[in-house]
Amino acid sequence: MKNENLYNYILGIADNSLILGQRMGELCGHGPSLETDIACTNISLDLFGQVRSYFQYASKIAGDGRTEDDIAMLRKEREYKNVLLAEQPNTDFAYTIGRQFLFDVYHLAFLRELQKSTDLTLSAIANKCIKEVSYHERFSSDWVKRLGDGTEESHQKMQNAIDDLWTYTDELFHQTEADKAMVAEGIGVDVTKLKEAYYKNVSELLEEATLKVPDLKYFQKGGKEGVHTEHMGYLLTDLQYMQRAYPNMEW
Amino acid sequence: MSTKNWPLWEIFVRSKNGLEHRHCGSLHAADSEMALENARDVYTRRNEGVSIWVVESKHITASNPENNGELFEPAQDKVYRHPTFYDLPDDVKHM
Amino acid sequence: MSEEQIRSLERQFDEKIARDEKIEPKDWMPEKYRQTHIRQMSQHAHSEIVGMLPEGNWITRAPSLRRKVALLAKVQDEAGHGLYLYSATETLGISREEMYEQLHTGKAKYSSIFNYPTLTWADMGAIGWLVDGAAIINQVPLCNTSYGPYARAMIRVCKEESFHQRQGFEIMLKLANGTPEQKEMAQDALNRWWWPSLMMLGPTDDKSVHTEQSMKWKLKRKTNDELRQQFIDQTVPQADILGLTIPDPDLKWNEERQSYDFGEINWDEFWQVVKGHGPMNKERMKARVGAWERGEWVRDAAMAHAEKKQARKEKQAV
Repeated sequence: MKNENLYNYILGIADNSLILGQRMGELCGHGPSLETDIACTNISLDLFGQVRSYFQYASKIAGDGRTEDDIAMLRKEREYKNVLLAEQPNTDFAYTIGRQFLFDVYHLAFLRELQKSTDLTLSAIANKCIKEVSYHERFSSDWVKRLGDGTEESHQKMQNAIDDLWTYTDELFHQTEADKAMVAEGIGVDVTKLKEAYYKNVSELLEEATLKVPDLKYFQKGGKEGVHTEHMGYLLTDLQYMQRAYPNMEW
Repeated sequence: MSTKNWPLWEIFVRSKNGLEHRHCGSLHAADSEMALENARDVYTRRNEGVSIWVVESKHITASNPENNGELFEPAQDKVYRHPTFYDLPDDVKHM
Repeated sequence: MSEEQIRSLERQFDEKIARDEKIEPKDWMPEKYRQTHIRQMSQHAHSEIVGMLPEGNWITRAPSLRRKVALLAKVQDEAGHGLYLYSATETLGISREEMYEQLHTGKAKYSSIFNYPTLTWADMGAIGWLVDGAAIINQVPLCNTSYGPYARAMIRVCKEESFHQRQGFEIMLKLANGTPEQKEMAQDALNRWWWPSLMMLGPTDDKSVHTEQSMKWKLKRKTNDELRQQFIDQTVPQADILGLTIPDPDLKWNEERQSYDFGEINWDEFWQVVKGHGPMNKERMKARVGAWERGEWVRDAAMAHAEKKQARKEKQAV
């Protein structure tokens, strides 16, 4: 492939939305209230919409007949490049919200930078996505505050979720080879530069939510290189079920 | 067991600038911010709005249909409030 | 109020409906009208919410991204429709929590069709095509029903639902024109969903208890048997376009009636499912009750937070 770095770079971005969208989609019909259920599905729909834009572009770059669905559903686990945070399960609503919040703050900052990309397709996608993600960030932040500064029980649950998920935040700022190449070409975002503001913003909100900012020195990583957590295989089993069981068919 | 349920809110949506907000339904939310967010997610999924008002249902005072006679019927015979009440020759234009 | 006064009010009420005037929440209404509407509207809302489950079952496994977003949007609409209907019902003086309570304890019913399992992707097609098709036939006349909030909710619901059936039919079409394996999957889904869809339009007229009163209040415009015939007559030609076979050996065009004759419906099965012994009754309720109970601490937290925020605001104002 001529543009292998760009292709991998796009997958790195899109896989986050794909896997997170899949996780949010699991909740549809099982949310804590009808209104919240509908809101979570909106987030899922936004994310899948983004995925389609990215993968349609990736499919054009690949130029070998691979469709958006082939890219989304027919890779091996090691070929998915999403961060570990995105694949963490909906243990309870605090985990769902915590995962969303910790990702949204990053996602928003990332898209702001991606808007400046010299790749016009990517900057156009970023331009569209940023409005959706601004809302996601508002939604998840509000819920972190509600659960953190709600009842004693919700406070504890929200704290647990943040404590458990914190270990996956550092990976957001790791650079892959594709990242470095794309940054050099003015296409990609230098995620290392987003880190400081990220932890500042996240910490401020956690404090407002009366939550403790975890004091952690060791972090998990690997998703960007395709080394995932044990949850990922099950998620992919669902995601890929039809394409694997009935190969080469149109739906 | 929950002691308190999310109260009910009435939702008004302006479909585009130049038009009034119209009542489109209700929903439950814990506070006004959540009511706005829920209204956005529930009632503008299909691009139906550019502005939302939310009012907690308990704050709405409604007239009682039992009083409809005294409230609304007296207006029925005030025909002089309408232009058709006034007789003008046909050749008067622009009036 | 004396009995005579009540009779007179009832007479005026009936005349109002006969003149096609709407009844609004604060208007006087016979107690039976209120109760019947609470029952039917909440049952309708429950059906939307329980109806999310069989289709929700396939969201994570949808075969393409295009299908996935369409299905997500459709199931989300069902949540929305449940919400509109619960809200409309609340205008009659019952809370959503009370309605949930009735659903969770089995006191309230919901459409029996959702007690059947969704076993293959083709079931998403069959549900959209047949179940939504039957639902539309039931629902369109309700846009004109006598109770204002119900009619308004139904107008919104019908407008939004217009894509649901097309979504399902398109799935079926793709399968029917696909590989032999796909076509077989579509036929199998039709075989399993056809009869429950016919049952969905309700017991035969001689067994239906509510029809006459419901007609008067415009909760119903046609009888169950008329609706069923309408559904069959419009669906059979659609099956022909798909090249699929309706699983009824007695199905035959009747030139004289200009309608299809059809075979005997297994009403024993219908009553078995209605009474709670369908393949998925227990699982559906478990899923609903589970979501509600798991959500309790979340809902409580939101209330507690709202109260704290309010208190802070008031303190600041002092």
